[in-house]
Formats: sequence, structure tokens, C-alpha cells
Amino acid sequence: MSSACRSLGCLLAIWVVCVSAPAAQSPLRVCADPNNMPFSNERGEGFENRIATLVARDLHRPLEYFWLPQRRGFVRNSLNARRCDVVIGVPAQYGPLQPTRSYYRSAYAFVTRRDRRLRIDSFDAPELAGLTIGIQVTGDDYNNPPAAQELASRHMVQNVRGFTIYGDYSRPDPQRDIVDAVAAGRIDVAVVWGPLAGYYAQRQSTPLDVRPITAGSSALSRFTFDIAMGVRRDDTMLKAALDDVITRRGNEMRRILRAYGVPLR
Amino acid sequence: MSTRSSVTGVALALLCVLAGGCKRKSDLPGGGLGPVHSSVPGAPPTMHLVSEVSTGEWRMPAGDYGNLRYSTLDTIKTTNVMNLHVVTTFSTGVPHGHEGQPLVFGNTMYVVTPFPNNLIAVDLTKPGGAIKWIYEPHPDRRAVGIACCDVVNRGPSFGDGKIVYSLLDATVVAVDSETGKEAWRTRVGDINKGETFTAAPIIVKDRVLVGNSGGELGVRGYVAALELKTGKELWRAFNTGPDADVKIGSGFHAFYAKDQGKDLGVTSWPSEQWKLGGSTVWGWISYDPATNLFFYGTGNPGVWNPDLRPGDNKWSSAIFARDADTGEARWAYQVTAHDSWDYDEIMENVLVDMEYGGRLRKLLVHPGRTGFVYVLDRETGELLSADTYEPTNWASGYDLKTGKPNEDPAKHTHFGSVTQGICPSSTGAKDVIPSAFSPRTGLLYIPAHNTCMDYEGIEANYIAGTPYLGADVKMYPGPGGYQGELVAWDVAHNRKAWGVKEDKFPVYSGVLATGGDVVFYGTMDGWFKAVDSRTGTELWKFHVASGIVANPITYLGPDGKQYVAVYSGIGGWMGAVAFPEISADDPYAALGVVGAMKDIKKYTAAGSTVYVFGL
Repeated sequence: MSSACRSLGCLLAIWVVCVSAPAAQSPLRVCADPNNMPFSNERGEGFENRIATLVARDLHRPLEYFWLPQRRGFVRNSLNARRCDVVIGVPAQYGPLQPTRSYYRSAYAFVTRRDRRLRIDSFDAPELAGLTIGIQVTGDDYNNPPAAQELASRHMVQNVRGFTIYGDYSRPDPQRDIVDAVAAGRIDVAVVWGPLAGYYAQRQSTPLDVRPITAGSSALSRFTFDIAMGVRRDDTMLKAALDDVITRRGNEMRRILRAYGVPLR
Repeated sequence: MSTRSSVTGVALALLCVLAGGCKRKSDLPGGGLGPVHSSVPGAPPTMHLVSEVSTGEWRMPAGDYGNLRYSTLDTIKTTNVMNLHVVTTFSTGVPHGHEGQPLVFGNTMYVVTPFPNNLIAVDLTKPGGAIKWIYEPHPDRRAVGIACCDVVNRGPSFGDGKIVYSLLDATVVAVDSETGKEAWRTRVGDINKGETFTAAPIIVKDRVLVGNSGGELGVRGYVAALELKTGKELWRAFNTGPDADVKIGSGFHAFYAKDQGKDLGVTSWPSEQWKLGGSTVWGWISYDPATNLFFYGTGNPGVWNPDLRPGDNKWSSAIFARDADTGEARWAYQVTAHDSWDYDEIMENVLVDMEYGGRLRKLLVHPGRTGFVYVLDRETGELLSADTYEPTNWASGYDLKTGKPNEDPAKHTHFGSVTQGICPSSTGAKDVIPSAFSPRTGLLYIPAHNTCMDYEGIEANYIAGTPYLGADVKMYPGPGGYQGELVAWDVAHNRKAWGVKEDKFPVYSGVLATGGDVVFYGTMDGWFKAVDSRTGTELWKFHVASGIVANPITYLGPDGKQYVAVYSGIGGWMGAVAFPEISADDPYAALGVVGAMKDIKKYTAAGSTVYVFGL
């Protein structure tokens, strides 16, 4: 693109800003999973829905969604196919897109029944070998949940029960099963990403203990992740706008997260 | 046994000649012929095929039950193929990976598109080919996000007046071949559990055999049999789990000790991991009418971290022989135990009876993802040979006494540790794209890749809202620097006869061999080529609009002339890098294949064209 073109683009942009009313702002188009609580769903019940609403209001832009299950190709087929412009929650180091500033940090957690008094907080806890451990073991490509490696390196595999990260997508709360399994006593302990653990632990009749994992014992294991929003690599305008909203309204975002039981680090 | 069969074969072949040809005996492919071995003009007298090969029509995915992809047609031959030209082209309207192949019979060509899996019937009697009807099944859109590697379809089958094929949303449909009206529609798998269907079903007698895809998502692989008339599911044979689920009973006799024992589909996994064990069936199924056995290979084991599933992980990466009526397993041979490279073994199993090692044998030839060509006795499952056809270093060979590979432990992958220079890479020395076999030359024409990979470090990834840790897998051209090769493999002598190297990209197109001693294949950068089946000498080439990942077919048109047809539409696992939304500057994108495919955008872009060539 020549610089003349770009100048013309600027002129047009200025013209649009000058003559159009705020109501004519282009929508904030969010890429989201229609059935992935507690993150998002089609009814707007997830914390990412709430945060998207907050951001759109702050930017005075109407909110629109492009719904797609978060499977392989999600970023390729939504954000990078320009069907939407922002993913509300992604790891702050994530290749396929450009992350914004992070707005929260959470960690995988050990989930147990409180009445069992297990208080597991490390993979080196000796009692772990005698317990049935649930992890969300599948993932596409070469991906693994961090617990998979911790357990495999300790040769704790016979007592591992695998759950799929995708769950049964025909039902609401497809990822809930692993936390339900702890409450029902089908497994003794689950290793679950903090937002899932906290949200579904709140929704059990049996009190559950959620203990974030502070550190793995090897350099390979990471249990704490900074979460940011994600935009296209070339979308510096939107990144700047979102960074600004996160700076100003990060506390409100974290308030929303706490209301959903998300353990924050 | 072999001698008696071959005598029967010759007698029946003679009968066919006297009766004026064995084509169109019934609507069932191969139907009416029963257990017969056909001979082919120009083939050695000791060479016999399990079913009639294509002689003018193309009624099933590979053209015949033995998966030869060979046609006796010989009007187009080595001396005139240079005059081949485009007769007609038309668009399918779906610019995604066009794997698979059309069917042609009754002066009609039937084309299944990538998702949304429309079925287009083209009247070949009309100038240029006119659309008779389009059947639009409208599969569940959510299947698109679940399919691993582009939204491909590997083609339909024909029987009982119906075109039968899989939809991406794990459904099988049957459509009246005359009217285009849906005859039945059966939901076999569940996309909510990660299953998709991309494989081509085959029709055996009164039933449809079809397998599932989705091993990445922890589904359990299986083959299902549906009633051809109604679509009702008759049985389902799983590839993991207890013997009852796998249909392993008293009739099961694995050749090797490593594959013998009770409930290996459970005991070769830790705890209950067989429930997420992958081992899907997204490749090709072949069938031997004489023994009523069908053969297929299974995909890689589920759960991507091999350290988390110590054990053989049966029956992943294995070859099965099963009874076509009951689904009961006759034998199984696990090609690689405890896969740590993503070497699915869903490749075609070519069935042929021929002289091998000084005697007549009933062979199953399996060009593996592993880089080895496996030759098995298909009656017993005994491994007769395993030799490499592309640079391979994960194993130095196979012990034919035990059936086990001699693996190099240094080439095993472990999550979080670095393993460099593994050959072949995860895409294998070939992928699902099928080879062809000419009974006239005894050569198997393998569309091959030469890529290696580094399996390094870890990176954060993100699935369904949850951070994961993924391995960095980088693929690149293997030793010699070329990426693709059409390999002519001399089956009788276990060696490469010749190869045509394709420097730029893997050969990701299927192959067609003909009675005119011409072999056709395509390249990802869009060349459709004809080579001499005996020497590999290039005889003709034509540049099509988009790269070829499909399988050529040949047929007689309404005018009695021979034509060759192929889809042009880059895509699939490796070819998807040509799509604009996949970044070619990220060597780890699209499961690492970008490293090998980074230049593809310079040569081609998405397409959706059916090409028909004639003299």
C-alpha cells in the first residue's frame, strides 16, 4: 500500500469521526464459544461475556458475537478469518494472535472434597500415589495439561482418570463433569484450571476444597498463566484501545472474576 | 489353497469372456461375481486380484475391493498420452481441500464436495457435462470446528441404486443415484464427543462399512456396519477396550505373541485410558470376497503425551482383518506399539495374490506412515517383509520372527524434552493419500513424503478456555533436500524400482495406474502428471488451477472414449497452509507442517475444480 493511499485512509477516518454520531460506532466483534461456561455462552452468562460487555460500554461500541466452539482452528476460523476482532481470554504468550496486557492471573488447582481433609497442594504429596486423580487429559495436536507431565514423570499413571476438555458438548456446562466427579466421590482429586475449578466447586452441594498449585517441581511445568485478550497481529489500534481499558478498568474485571469463583493469583 | 484359487480364477475369467464381460452383473460392486480372482491382460499368469478391477466405470473409492486404483483401460497409453488435453472443467463451489475421487457409471459422474458435503451428479452425455441435480445434506455446522485437518471428504461408494457417503458431522447418507433424493440418513457418531467422519465408506454385499475420525479429541475408534437398504446400524467393532467391544473371539488368531492375549485393548493401557484411546478409522477399507474379510488400519493412540500411556496401547496403529458379516476380528497386527510420533496406520491395504518369496501368496501390502512398506500374508497376518521407501530413522528394521520394529530409543518423543531429527515426521513417509498397484508391472506407486521433524520445548496453548502446554514440532525436508517422491516399489523383490522426486512439496495426491502403462498423479503446486509405469519417465503434464490432493480416476465416456478425471483444490492437513488465514511465517502453526510447506502460497491457492482430460 502506498503512503498516498494511507493518507487518504487517514483523511477518510477523520471525516468519519467528525461527521458521525457515537451511535454509529462500529461494533466490537467478539469471538466466543457459545457453550463453554464459566467463560462464555450464547446466553451471555459467562464471565468473558460480562467482561466483553464492560469493554464495549467503555469504548462506546455496540457488542456483537461470532460464535464458534473453541476447537482446533478457532483463532484461524474466527479472529484471523476476520469474522470477529477480539478473543476475551487467551494466555498472554500465545502465538496465533497478538495478546493485550494481561488482566488476570490464575492457576491450576487441586480440587478435593473438604470432608476428606486431603489438603493436597503438591504433586510430591506422598498420599497422591494412593488416590484416584482426574485430569482433563485430551487436547488437540501435541497439547497436554501441565499435570499430565507431572504425573507421568512420577510414573503415576495407573491411578489417573482421563476426562476430555471438550466434555459432552450437547449439554450445557460440558466441562463440569470432572468437578462433579470429585463431589460424587468417583475420583479423589482433580487437577483443574482455576476458573473451572472455582466456578463448579461453588455449584456443588458437597463443599469442595480448591487449592491453586503454586509451582511445579520442574522447569517444564507451569501451572500459573497470565490471561490477556487477543487481537489480530496487525490490529494495533484495537490492542491499544483494549490495553487502555484494561489499565483503567482492570479492577472491575477482577471483581467479575471473583464473583465467578475464579482463584486469582 | 493358492493353486486351487488361481485355477478357479482362470476358469471364471474365461467364463466372463464367453459371457461377454462381467460388468454390470448387479448393482453391487463386485456383486454377482462371488469369490473370484480376476486376471488382468498383460499381468503375469501367477498374479490374481481379489475382485474385478475397473474396466470402464469407477464404482467404489479405489475402483476395486483390492484397493489397486488400477484400470484396464489402455486407449490412453505411453505413446499418445502426450496428446492429452482438457475436455471439460467445472467447479464444485467449495474452495477447500478436495481429497477423494468421484464415481462414474451410467454416463453420470458423482462428486462429493468438502463440507458442506454436497453431492453433485453430472450428466456426461451433455456437452461439457451438465449438472443433473445437487443433493445438499446441510450437515451440522459445528462439525467444522471439530474436524482436525481441513473439512475434507474422501469420496462416495455405490450400491443398490444408492450413492452412499459420510458427512463431516459423523452422519452417513444414501442418495438415490437417479433422482438425487435422500434414501436414508443415519447418525453414526457424535460430534459432541469429538467424532467427525471423513473416510469413504465401502459397500460389501448388503451392507455399508464406515469408520470414524477424531483421534485427536480422545474418541474411541471403530468400524460400523450399516444395512445398505435402510441405513440401520448392524454392528460396531471398536479398536480399543475389552475383547467383546473389539469383537475378538474364538475366531481370532493373531500371528505374533505380542498381539495375543485377553483384553489387550484394556490391559495395554493404564487404568481406563482406552476409553479415550483414539485408534480411529479415517483411511481406506479393502475387502477380499474369497475369504469375506475386510482390512483396515487404525490411527494413533489417544492422549498426546506418550509418557502418560505406558504400554502397547492396543489396537492403535494396527492392521485388522475382520469378517464382513459379523465384524469379528480374524487377526490383527500392531505396526507400532505405544506410538510417540503420531504415525497413524490408516493407510490403504492393497490386496493381491502373486508370486512372492518363491511361492504364490495372498498378500496385503501396506505402505506405512512409518516409512516402511509392510508385506503381510493376509490370511494369517504374518509379516513377510518390512523395508523402507523413504529416509527413516525411528527404527532400523523389523524382526520378522517377533513382528516388532528395532526402534532407536533416542528417537522416541517425550513431552518437554528435545528430540531432533526424527524421520519421517508426523505426517509420515506418506499420509492417507493412496497408492496404486499395476498387475502388469508388479509395482506399487506410492505418493511419498520426505520430511523430518524436531520435537522441542513447550509453548502455552489454549483449548476451550483452558491453558495447555504444547510441544513445538517443526517439520522440514529430509535427507537429500527433496520433499516429495513418487516411489515405484517392486513388491516381489522388496525394493524401490525407481522414484520421481518432487523437490518442492510432498506428493499428497493419490495415484492411478492403467492398462496403457501410464501412471497419473498430481502435485501440491498444481501439476497433473503422467509417467511411464515401467520407468517413471515423464510423458505429459498439465498445470491445473489449484494444487492436487485428490485421487485421479479413469473411465469410458458415453462416446466410448477413455477419460481421466481429478479434483484440483489444495487443502487437507499439509495443504491447508495454502489458505490465507494460516500464517506461513509461523513454523509451528497447523501442527508443525508450515515448516515444510512455507512456500506453498507462492505456488497455489484454494480451488474447487473438477478436471476431465481426454485425447
